[in-house]
Amino acid sequence: MTELLKIEGLTKAYPGVVANDGVGFSVRPGEVHALLGENGAGKSTLVKMIYGLVKPDSGTMHFAGQSFAPADPRAARAAGVAMVFQHFSLFEALNVAENVALGMENPPPMRQLAKRIREISTAYGLPLDPARLVGDLSAGERQRVEIVRCLLQDPKLLIMDEPTSVLTPQEVEILFHTLRKLSAEGTAILYISHKLEEIRTLCEGATILRAGKVVASCNPREKTARELAELMVGAELKVTDRAERKLGDVVLKVSGLSLAPLSQFGPSLKDLSLELRAGEVLGIGGVAGNGQEELLATLSGERPSAPGTVSLMGEDISGLGPNGRRAKGLLAAPEERLGHAAVPAMSLTENAILTGTMRKPLTRNGFVDQGAAKTFADEIIQAFDVRTPGSHVAARALSGGNLQKYVIGREVLQNPAVLVVNQPTWGVDAAAAASIRQALLDLAAKGAAVIAISQDLDELMEISDRFSALNEGRLSASRPTQGLTIEEIGMMLGGAHGMQEAAV
Amino acid sequence: MIVGGIDIITLTATLMGASTPVLLAATGELVAEKSGVLNLGVEGMMIMGAVAGFAAAVATGSPVLGFLMGAIAGALLATLFAFLTQKLLSNQVATGLALTLFGLGLSALIGKGYEGVRPPPTAKIDFGPLSDIPVLGRILFSHDWIVYLSLILVAVVWYVLRSTRAGLILRAVGESHDAAHALGYRVVAVRFAALAFGGALAGLGGAYLSLVRVPQWTEGMTAGAGWIALAIVVFASWRPWRVLLGAYLFGGITALQLQLQAAGYAIPVHILSMAPYVITIVVLVILSAIHRHGVQAAPASLGKSFHASS
Repeated sequence: MTELLKIEGLTKAYPGVVANDGVGFSVRPGEVHALLGENGAGKSTLVKMIYGLVKPDSGTMHFAGQSFAPADPRAARAAGVAMVFQHFSLFEALNVAENVALGMENPPPMRQLAKRIREISTAYGLPLDPARLVGDLSAGERQRVEIVRCLLQDPKLLIMDEPTSVLTPQEVEILFHTLRKLSAEGTAILYISHKLEEIRTLCEGATILRAGKVVASCNPREKTARELAELMVGAELKVTDRAERKLGDVVLKVSGLSLAPLSQFGPSLKDLSLELRAGEVLGIGGVAGNGQEELLATLSGERPSAPGTVSLMGEDISGLGPNGRRAKGLLAAPEERLGHAAVPAMSLTENAILTGTMRKPLTRNGFVDQGAAKTFADEIIQAFDVRTPGSHVAARALSGGNLQKYVIGREVLQNPAVLVVNQPTWGVDAAAAASIRQALLDLAAKGAAVIAISQDLDELMEISDRFSALNEGRLSASRPTQGLTIEEIGMMLGGAHGMQEAAV
Repeated sequence: MIVGGIDIITLTATLMGASTPVLLAATGELVAEKSGVLNLGVEGMMIMGAVAGFAAAVATGSPVLGFLMGAIAGALLATLFAFLTQKLLSNQVATGLALTLFGLGLSALIGKGYEGVRPPPTAKIDFGPLSDIPVLGRILFSHDWIVYLSLILVAVVWYVLRSTRAGLILRAVGESHDAAHALGYRVVAVRFAALAFGGALAGLGGAYLSLVRVPQWTEGMTAGAGWIALAIVVFASWRPWRVLLGAYLFGGITALQLQLQAAGYAIPVHILSMAPYVITIVVLVILSAIHRHGVQAAPASLGKSFHASS
């Protein structure tokens, strides 16, 4: 028996879509195995079946030589499968020890558990205070809670669903140390990600999924990132075309901007300053929850700031709301597509009206000009290749990538002087992401200034001229992206947030 | 000890009895809300408990069976609410309001034949020499068993929520039903249980009204006690001991205003009868404003429907 987990012919269909179609692969003890695929390729459904959250329609699983069909996550945990979720399965109002206890079958009394948490977390280089409220922890620390919760159960197989999307490069490094240590101890790791370089450094085997089917199995170290990406997408990738641009005058100037937190556990903005020239793309990197939402809200005008802090082409616009700023040419596309950038239940046409009336003639004498609005919506759909039956479709009916193309396109086509986007390609498949990046570059080439706030450092390196890091509500001084290394960026992002390396 | 025509000892002694219905209902609602469900039907469950308990006690001659029946009636109504909101995913606010209206109407129908009937009396517990202790004996050792039960329940609920695994799971479900589901906990089952417990306590509180406090059946006799219980839970920031404080404050002012009326003070009766509601709310609002965490103490999933579709 060499295989720890062996899966054959696993199929799961949802109404209208086959999420997994005859999927089969196997993982050896101690192997770090990658599951690769675009959004919607069926990775999440697959691991949910292994973890007992979803029941397969057909197919078999064997775990440690025995037939394996977990009825619920408890059964999976009892067999030795543990999972770290993409969207954390943590409770903000409970403390670390309580959160850990909830993920265990037979937790010891709280005091003993707290002691065990201290021991295990220090041994693996992920120090944690068991008494702290999870709501007060950073994203990296929250992930430690999830990992420690898994480790306390001595799992044979650890499933990690996109674990590095919220970590700084240094934190990723430490996480990899921990994972390698686990793997050396014989724990198999099933690693889901679409960050290809990471997979090439960490994993020994990979299974690539596309549209619910296994399209390839390989050793990722023998492939280039580009080859892996093309296997995932099933087509050749276009490289973004970064034309030479001439920088103009300063169009947006922010100085001494401070802002109170938007939510209970959110950060405040502290004394931010930046300057942006026409034709320039400024990339603002940082781990989510360090003030990105707040920065977008205050630049878009949702949260006006103190007088004299934000000026557009020499004019103080600090007190203006979103419509006032749109009229002057400052547009924004927030991160949350459904519910912030677009109203889920409204049609694409209606959503176009919502931000378009200030700069496009979509109203007549105070009445909505349905014809003009529809024309504008169709124009966006055309120009940005939004896959939809038409502009009458509700926003929530679109897939994430298509809706993202639509909301970015809606702002781009209004010819902004300054466009602020937050996580422009978050949760978007590779092809759509490439076209969104290209659109932002094209916009800058036409003389607009762009601020791209993103967690994806590769993306920022690809499109931006200068790079700033947002960490705990503070913005670092900007540096030209040319010649900037990942290590330097990591230090700008605040390093490893108090982590230490595992004593290997 | 008489101050301004008010006997302080009698007042303190009656306070505990007067508070008990609200205390029971609020403790039950606290548990339901901690599991993440907002049940606005407390008033309806209380009055159903009042009429069912009354009818059972009159029919059998046993107040204990009456209390039991009251609790069962409340729990049944809560189970109906749980079925509608947890299985059929109906809106919790609308369903809760409907439950109150339904309870008020159905109880009036059932109770028609019981108007003017006297229920079997509920005996006070005999503590022997303890009740002869001056002052304290009258205040602490002159009550029936439900009063002590309600206090024990507060302590039990506090302990279970704070220190047991069952309590931890209940709080987890109320904080984030998605995360609890992802960890393999049965969100809907936990909420059914919490709602049924809440309904049983509300029914018990209602039965205490009709069997001990008043004691007779009149239509609509809960007179807003269920709503006060709801308000107490919120302004007590979902903490059992503060619920006790709020309920005793309400009961205390109810007892006080009755004595003020009896003592012949020239305060309009309407203002006096209004006082318990107003003062309880004002005090609790001030308390929760002082402790700024009050607002944030609400279970994060409170009032949200859960469906295991993802």
